[in-house]
Amino acid sequence: MNKMQKRVGIGLLVLSLGGGLVLGVSASDREKNEGKPRADVAPVQNTLYSTECGACHFAYQPGLLPARSWEKLLTGLGEHFGENAEVSPATLTALREYLTGNAADRVDHGRSRKINASILDGEKPIRVTETGYFQKEHRELSPHMREKNSKIGSLSRCEACHTQAAQGSFHEHEVRMPGEGR
Amino acid sequence: MKKIAFMLGWMVVPVVLADLHAATVDDLLAQYQRDGAGPFRAEQGQALLNQVNGSGSASEGNSCAACHTTDPRGAGKHVKTGKVIEPLAPAVNRDRLQDADKVEKWFVRNCKGTLGRVCTSQEKGDFLTFLTTLK
Repeated sequence: MNKMQKRVGIGLLVLSLGGGLVLGVSASDREKNEGKPRADVAPVQNTLYSTECGACHFAYQPGLLPARSWEKLLTGLGEHFGENAEVSPATLTALREYLTGNAADRVDHGRSRKINASILDGEKPIRVTETGYFQKEHRELSPHMREKNSKIGSLSRCEACHTQAAQGSFHEHEVRMPGEGR
Repeated sequence: MKKIAFMLGWMVVPVVLADLHAATVDDLLAQYQRDGAGPFRAEQGQALLNQVNGSGSASEGNSCAACHTTDPRGAGKHVKTGKVIEPLAPAVNRDRLQDADKVEKWFVRNCKGTLGRVCTSQEKGDFLTFLTTLK
C-alpha cells in the first residue's frame, strides 16, 4: 500500500466512522439523513466482482448469501442459471476470496445476519430469492407485482424497485415499484 | 499555452483509442489466420449475430441479437436480467475491442451460452470484421 492509498484509506475510515455515529444517535437524526442511505448489507467495493459479475446482472452483495452458498455457486459457473459465466482460474480464486470472505455468515451487517439466520444449516441456496428472510420480506407482493409487471420482470432484479440497492441499502422507504407507486 | 496543449491533448485521445481497437482487432485476426481461418467477411459476422440457435425462444436468448439487438451500434438489454448492454460497435462505443483477453472471454461465455459450443476462429474473425466495418 503506498502513502496515497493509506491516506485515502484513513480518510474513508474516518468518514465511515463519522457517518456511523451520526446515524446511530436517534431516529430523528436518521430522518434528517433520509436520502443518504445507510447500508444494511456492505456495498460492493471490488472492481473485479463488479466487472466480471455485474456486467450481466445486478452485482449482488456478498453479504446476501452465506459462504457455503457462494462456494456452491462458484463451482458451477459453466452452467450459471442457464448461461455460461466461466472465468479464468485466477479470477475464480479472487472472486471466491472476496465473496466468501464477505459472506452473510462472515460479516456483522444487520440484514446479512437476518438472511443467514433464516437459512437452515444444511442448506446452500444459490438464489437470494430462495432464502426464508427474502421470502418473508416480499410476501406482501401481489402475484401481479411479482410476475406480471414487465418493468420488474423478476424478483431477482433488486435494482428495479430498490432505488439504493447498489449502495447495499434495501430499506422499505426507498422502494419505488415501476408502474405501481410505493 | 497550457490551455492549447490541454485542448490538443483531448483531440488526440479519440485517435489513440481508435488505434488501440484497430491494433487489438488486427492482432486477433492475425492469430485466427494462424489457426487456418480467413478470409473474413462482414456479412458472415452479421449472419452469426442473427442466427437462431436451439429450440428456445428469443426471451430465453436463442440468438446473439436477442440481447445485443440486430444493430451493434445501438444498446442492447440482457433478456433475463434486464441489464443494459452498451453498443458493441467501436464506431459508437470506443470502449469496445480494446483488450484481446476481454474479447476472447466474452466469445467463450456467449458462444457457449448461446450456441452451446465455442465459436470457431472463422466465426470470431467474421464477427470482429463485421463490428469494425460498421460506421
